[in-house]
Amino acid sequence: MFEAILLTVITASTPLVLAALGELVTERSGVLNLGVEGMMIMGAACAFVAAQLTGSPYIGILAGILGGGIFSLLFGFLTLTLVANQVATGLALTILGLGLSGQIGEAFVGQPGIKLQPIVFPFLSDIPFFGRVLFRQDLIFYVSIALVVGINWFLFRSRTGLKLRAIGDSHASAHALGINVIRTRYLAVMFGGACAGLAGAQLSLVYTPQWVENMSAGRGWIALALVVFASWRPWRVLAGGYLFGAVGIGQLHAQIVAQNLGIVIPSQFLSALPYAATIVVLIIISHNRRTTLINTPASLGKPFVPDR
Amino acid sequence: MKKLIIALAASAALMGGFSTGAVAQEKKKVCFIYVGSKTDGGWTQAHDLGRQQLDKALGAKVETPFLENVPEGPDAERAIERMARSGCSLVFTTSFGFMDATVKVAAKFPDVKFEHATGFKAGPNLATYNSRFYEGRYIQGQIAAKMSKKGVAGYIASFPIPEVVMGINAFELGARSINPNFKLKVVWANTWFDPGKEADAAKALIDQGVDILTQHTDTTAPMQVASERGILAFGQASDMIAAGPKTQLTAIVDTWGAYYIKRAQALLDGTWKSEQIWDGLKDGILTMAPYTNMPDDVKAMAEETEAKIKSGELHPFTGPINKQDGTAWLPAGEKAQDGVLLGMNFYVEGVDDKLPK
Repeated sequence: MFEAILLTVITASTPLVLAALGELVTERSGVLNLGVEGMMIMGAACAFVAAQLTGSPYIGILAGILGGGIFSLLFGFLTLTLVANQVATGLALTILGLGLSGQIGEAFVGQPGIKLQPIVFPFLSDIPFFGRVLFRQDLIFYVSIALVVGINWFLFRSRTGLKLRAIGDSHASAHALGINVIRTRYLAVMFGGACAGLAGAQLSLVYTPQWVENMSAGRGWIALALVVFASWRPWRVLAGGYLFGAVGIGQLHAQIVAQNLGIVIPSQFLSALPYAATIVVLIIISHNRRTTLINTPASLGKPFVPDR
Repeated sequence: MKKLIIALAASAALMGGFSTGAVAQEKKKVCFIYVGSKTDGGWTQAHDLGRQQLDKALGAKVETPFLENVPEGPDAERAIERMARSGCSLVFTTSFGFMDATVKVAAKFPDVKFEHATGFKAGPNLATYNSRFYEGRYIQGQIAAKMSKKGVAGYIASFPIPEVVMGINAFELGARSINPNFKLKVVWANTWFDPGKEADAAKALIDQGVDILTQHTDTTAPMQVASERGILAFGQASDMIAAGPKTQLTAIVDTWGAYYIKRAQALLDGTWKSEQIWDGLKDGILTMAPYTNMPDDVKAMAEETEAKIKSGELHPFTGPINKQDGTAWLPAGEKAQDGVLLGMNFYVEGVDDKLPK
């Protein structure tokens, strides 16, 4: 049973981790995009529709990534080229995404979806417990783990990552050094959109293979919060996402176990537990004020107009 | 926050729609407030289907604007008030959580008529209407007791309000009328609409050993999980057979259309009165989806129970019934009063869950 629970936790946590990772890169470049929920739901709709039309969940994944990525360009254009307010534009992106995705998916409501099948690694998947849990997953899960490692390396070990962080900390200085601030931010915003789109694809192809309007049900907002509470560190995002998922699934089981034992625990309290637990744990992890300050992109949310 | 924005955006969009509608003159506006999306495959979809039937039947005389995804709470009041201001003659607010908001707005707009679904607060211009869902849940309980090999069913519940508690009790009473040892596990999702969370709740129940699922949440996600795991399940609010062709035993299907047409007609005729309507299977406000994936004898039993409920021969809440702790509640032969059912805040014997005090 423990194995089954773990599988459920992975499914519940993956979309949070993916969307949060994308937003992390966007925010590290100094751009605050509150449209994660909108990009995620666009990804979910595009992925589902494409998978239904072609019969291939892999084309669906691609469509989800493109859907989220292209949709985020709208945000990029408004905030980076036209220098619109990032907070307002991000919120607008969410509203637009929720509405637009409803239009895109309207003809597909109620259709049974195509579930993305796991990729089973030979030998590794025969390892008792961990092998069975970790090496019989779908492509999106493997990608999410690879992204944690990759983004961590990119941000803290690569030259381009250093430039991206420099832009996030002080776009004026980076600009003075000759780094193309706007171009890098466009790429970071699109990467964030693509990740959110992939998270959406996970929702409509793996988590619940169907299309319903609003099916992301606030997961984009949780991902946004995760980035902040994880103080912009990829591994902490992974930990936070899985903690949230694990406590969320755990509380459902706790309800049943409590019933078996005849104990009364208010379900409302249990429902709030994932939020409380994740916040508390991530605050403890990030309690060092100095390192948190170092990790916070100093230019976050500030508009940048290159001087001419 | 997100929902607030949607509500605001939706109200803004609606205002735009109204200004053009006003030119079309003389049509009465019968308006609807939905808690979810009109294509949720469950609760809200059933209401929207009713609205569409109303549109078809009386489309020449009424307009039927609607607002979807209106969150329960303070935003609901704003949305309902916006509707009232925009010239609606009759407003249907279709979720229990809209109750207090509807009461407040109804007091502010004495000339507008309101109808609140599943609530218990009425007023001179505020009617309530409800469906005896528990009749369907009793039948489901009986089927579950016949079909479950383990004698344990799982119940995905939304919020601990009387409506939901009543449903759980009716299900258990139905099951116990067949198998006196039948057990019911309840998981509270604390949401009406979140496909992922509903699916998680379904998985948790299955992993904990139930082999039949029923739900009081709005999407088809639990049905889909049941189908994937190869167990049986009941649909909720809409026929969910598409999500589980080999899984769905039956579903409680809300059929609001006839009621909406009747009330809109009363509005047009000037005969609309504030009433507290609580109709059931016999009135057609609620129907059972075809009995599928079960042997003929179980189907025959379900049909017989349905007929008995319709004829009034059988009331699911008929004594002797004990409360959860074994104390006597209803004496033998006595039927529960509607008022008691609508305020139900305790479990009957056999439910494993404990209600928070």
